[in-house]
Amino acid sequence: MPHAPELILSLERIAAKIRIDVIKMIAKAGTGHPGGSLSATDVMTALYFHHMRHDPKNPKWEERDRFVLSKGHVCPALYSAMAESGYFPVSELMTLRQLGTRLQGHPAMQYLPGLEITTGSLGQGLSAGLGMALAARVGKKEWRVYCMMGDGENDEGQIWEAAMAAGHFKTDNLTAILDRNSLQIDGCTENVMCLDPIADKWRAFGWNVIEIDGHSMEAIMDALDLATTVKGKPTIIIAKTVKGKGVSFMENNAEWHGKAPNKEQTEIALKELEAQAAKLGVEVSKED
Amino acid sequence: MPAILPKPWQNAGMREAYGKTLVKLGAENPNVVVLDADLSGSTQTKMFGKAYPERFFNMGIAEQNMTGVAAGFAVSGKIPFMSTFAVFATGRNYDQVRQSIAYPENNVKIVATHSGVSVGPDGATHQALEDVALMRGLPYMTVIAPADAVETEKAILAVAKMHGPVYVRLTRSPSPVIFGPDYDFKIGKGVFLREGKDVSIVSTGTMTVPAVQAAEILASQGIDAAVLHMPTIKPIDVDALLKASETRKIVTVEEHSVINGLGSAVAENLAYYNPTRQMRIGTEDRFGESGSAEELYDKYGLTAPKIAERIKVFMKH
Ligand SMILES: Cc1ncc(C[n+]2csc(CCOP(=O)(O)OP(=O)(O)O)c2C)c(N)n1
Ligand SMILES: [Mg+2]
Repeated sequence: MPHAPELILSLERIAAKIRIDVIKMIAKAGTGHPGGSLSATDVMTALYFHHMRHDPKNPKWEERDRFVLSKGHVCPALYSAMAESGYFPVSELMTLRQLGTRLQGHPAMQYLPGLEITTGSLGQGLSAGLGMALAARVGKKEWRVYCMMGDGENDEGQIWEAAMAAGHFKTDNLTAILDRNSLQIDGCTENVMCLDPIADKWRAFGWNVIEIDGHSMEAIMDALDLATTVKGKPTIIIAKTVKGKGVSFMENNAEWHGKAPNKEQTEIALKELEAQAAKLGVEVSKED
Repeated sequence: MPAILPKPWQNAGMREAYGKTLVKLGAENPNVVVLDADLSGSTQTKMFGKAYPERFFNMGIAEQNMTGVAAGFAVSGKIPFMSTFAVFATGRNYDQVRQSIAYPENNVKIVATHSGVSVGPDGATHQALEDVALMRGLPYMTVIAPADAVETEKAILAVAKMHGPVYVRLTRSPSPVIFGPDYDFKIGKGVFLREGKDVSIVSTGTMTVPAVQAAEILASQGIDAAVLHMPTIKPIDVDALLKASETRKIVTVEEHSVINGLGSAVAENLAYYNPTRQMRIGTEDRFGESGSAEELYDKYGLTAPKIAERIKVFMKH
């Protein structure tokens, strides 16, 4: 079923806000990972603000859908999605990576309710997601599990162990999202460690594969819906994205993988993101 | 007594020293190969990659595979250096290190950067505080934690010459250079940086500088502390430890868990050879957390004033 244009627009507005949060948080912390946060923003927005069944006021609600951020370094986008959807005050975002914060540099479930598992060491999230998906099966529960991975992260052998197992166990309540921004730290994924034909690889492991433009809210929503209808196999959504999406000088630039913008760069970045937000009709508060 | 450089000490990066030394080794020895796991900019192995692209292998984010491949190089007569962050160089691939490198005593040099809490804001997932414990527990493994950039260079040159598995532990932040160019580094040898009769501080890696500074603070308060820098944690220099134990009180300081690191190695040996009262300073039985390196050093008591404070209390009891 097609989604109402108003719904799509409202999600695009939220994504625009999250991108602004991401830059503000990382600039304030003076450290963090902007590139992969900005590429992952649209998918996370669709999940947290429409697709997933969850209750920010009751993060332990048993029936909730689970989200696993396997590429834990992009937690600024996740923290923002959580705060903007009501898990904790938006003002807390500015404590990112600082001593005493619940917003650890990599997501730590023991610090912040709403995080389903602790990640940051790449390659481990999909296995945990599979465990959650199988737990639903054992407990005759309806919850679904969503796991976002990086494409560089697909270098890790454990990802393929989990992929094989999920295919084997036919976990159709598990949806993986591959943030296919084609960059990792040392450069282009295809130069560092060739991944393509990545869709064929996942298919060969028993997965249903959907390839989309990861910045098209409509395509994201359709793919997430479609994934829930596929029976007998897990689905992976390969979301083609732009690392650093929305900030011109960060886009497609590996240098912005894990670096905070300085004051000047922050101003430029925010100006660009605020212009995009304004175009979508978002009122951007000036004070913080 | 080997003098350390007079102050002011200049800062320099261990990682840069590592990268430069690899290039030097590459020129001297065509058998040197280098492997990295998508962190060649952070570990500085990219310098070698630039100089000798045909002997440099970026294995992607796949540390277990990298470890096995390094073993394959070693059994084929090459001298592989493999690098990534300390958590991923020792923990992620522990079984590969154990089975393919340590047990068959293969000539692989594991050189890890970003050890300890000084990794800072990345938080506990990236702060290796058990890496020495893991590596030290492996038979045949040599474990070295240099104190500065000069010692890093000397240690890398030395481990390239010895045969067998080695773990070298480096850190992220630049640190004061305390050793001069003619400092004589030897694998397995500790160095007294200061004599003292009241207490001996035994330190390794990044904690040697604060240990020296703590000894200076203590001196101004009438406590005469020796400082024994122990770059090689395994095999440990028992003779130097015996000499240090003459003060009858020993304090170990390391940027690592107090469990199974330098402190444990010292205690195990002195318990047999010359039981001595000992206080272990390091991170307690806990994970790290996000924060700046300075804040975390302060919170965990790893600054010179905090170390001195604890030693003062220890001296009273
Ligand atoms: C096991 C492990 N090895 C290395 C790292 C260091 N690291 C953090 S992010 C990253 C690159 C990730 O690339 P990708 O998965 O493509 O993420 P994105 O482009 O979305 O930021 C690396 C190597 C890590 N966090 N975990
Ligand atoms: Mg990527």
